[in-house]
Amino acid sequence: MIAIIDYGMGNLRSIHNALTKVGGDAVIVSDSRDLSDADGIVIPGVGSFGDAMHNLTPFADRLFDSVDSGTPLLGICIGMQVLFDRSEESDGAGFGLIKGDVVRLPEGVKIPQMGWNELTIRRDTDLLAGIDDGDFFYFVHSYYCVPEDSGIIVATTDYGVDLACVVSKENVHAVQFHPEKSSKKGLRLLENFVEMVK
Amino acid sequence: MLTKRIIPCLDVTLDKEGGSVVKGVEFVNLREAGDPVELAKRYNEQRADELVFLDIMASHKGRKTMIDVIERTSDEVFIPLTVGGGIREIEDIDAILRAGADKVSINTSAIKNPLFIEESSGVFGSQCIVVAIDCKRNFSDEGKNYIEVNGKKCWYEVVIYGGRKRMGIDAIWWAEEVQRLGAGEILLTSMNADGTKNGFDIPITRAISERVKIPVIASGGAGTLEHFYEGFKEGKADACLAASIFHFGEYTVGEVKEYLRSRGIPVRT
Repeated sequence: MIAIIDYGMGNLRSIHNALTKVGGDAVIVSDSRDLSDADGIVIPGVGSFGDAMHNLTPFADRLFDSVDSGTPLLGICIGMQVLFDRSEESDGAGFGLIKGDVVRLPEGVKIPQMGWNELTIRRDTDLLAGIDDGDFFYFVHSYYCVPEDSGIIVATTDYGVDLACVVSKENVHAVQFHPEKSSKKGLRLLENFVEMVK
Repeated sequence: MLTKRIIPCLDVTLDKEGGSVVKGVEFVNLREAGDPVELAKRYNEQRADELVFLDIMASHKGRKTMIDVIERTSDEVFIPLTVGGGIREIEDIDAILRAGADKVSINTSAIKNPLFIEESSGVFGSQCIVVAIDCKRNFSDEGKNYIEVNGKKCWYEVVIYGGRKRMGIDAIWWAEEVQRLGAGEILLTSMNADGTKNGFDIPITRAISERVKIPVIASGGAGTLEHFYEGFKEGKADACLAASIFHFGEYTVGEVKEYLRSRGIPVRT
């Protein structure tokens, strides 16, 4: 079972539909106890950093337990950003599962970045099987992640800056774009995650 | 590089049997020509970047129908979906997002109560809140921001009810204001261009695109491939929205993008 963490309002139906479509046994969970049974966990991307962390705090202990025991985790958009140490968007700490900061997009570009941008793949991983350099994914964000260890960066995209948009550190994976809104290639990425969970 | 977006717009209403139907669709080969879900799938196959659904029913039953349409679309179409029309309450937005939409477009309720923009973007995030601005040229001398159009100076006045009611508000000022209040995107329609098939209203599209930091969607007037190019190149829009040019099967989304790419506009192909 893949647990999609429900931490408030927003569109969770699309990520649930998308995971189901590619063969995942996805369940939306709003009780942290349900994480214990999960073979994979998805933190979807809804709202601001501060709100997300506030609403995710009750999940923290079981989330850390799951990650420690090797359960694959996929963070999407804000769900990626909360895995880092801190964000310029809001006071308070992130989960710190990945060392680094979340910073605002640079001056000179429209904020938020909203639309389809292309990947530059730095290294091949199972998460990007079937996905090529230059494939397009749908982004909506005003902040981006800067990992301390650039070695965990799997792919970047160019938006005023070369920003990390896919990172993988052992069983912790995160994407800045929305795979559930990125048509066929997005579904392929989710299918790859479902395969990891099996 | 971030690509420019092409967004088909579906005006959803009820047919005689009370089923949902997209207004103005004239495909010959589509089994259920006006079925919004079938049309959404078709445009997705043509590599539309997003879809906008407008509820032109403005009734309780209409809203329930729209929720059903969005639920069925989001089961099969995995690109961003925006819903507009008659959104007044936070509960309306919540229901639409839960049905599988990613954004809502608010128009009249934002003008009548600008704090609704602040409130809704505070709850759901700016990225969910598109503010639709309908405007019309005004050649009187009571405007704030004047633009030269065909050799004459005019300002663009915000209008509602399809242009029937003028609001006395300067559209450029209002665009900056909705950005300040937390809108994540502006859907701009000029009533001088809408329905003409003579192209987007470039002067106001460019003026607003240059003035605000949030993305601007140009809407109204697309009749040829060249019009999309102008919307991006001259109007500096981030996205172009069109309805009839796609519904009548004049061009596919793919053909529009192929043309744009050949003229150097970055698009997702």
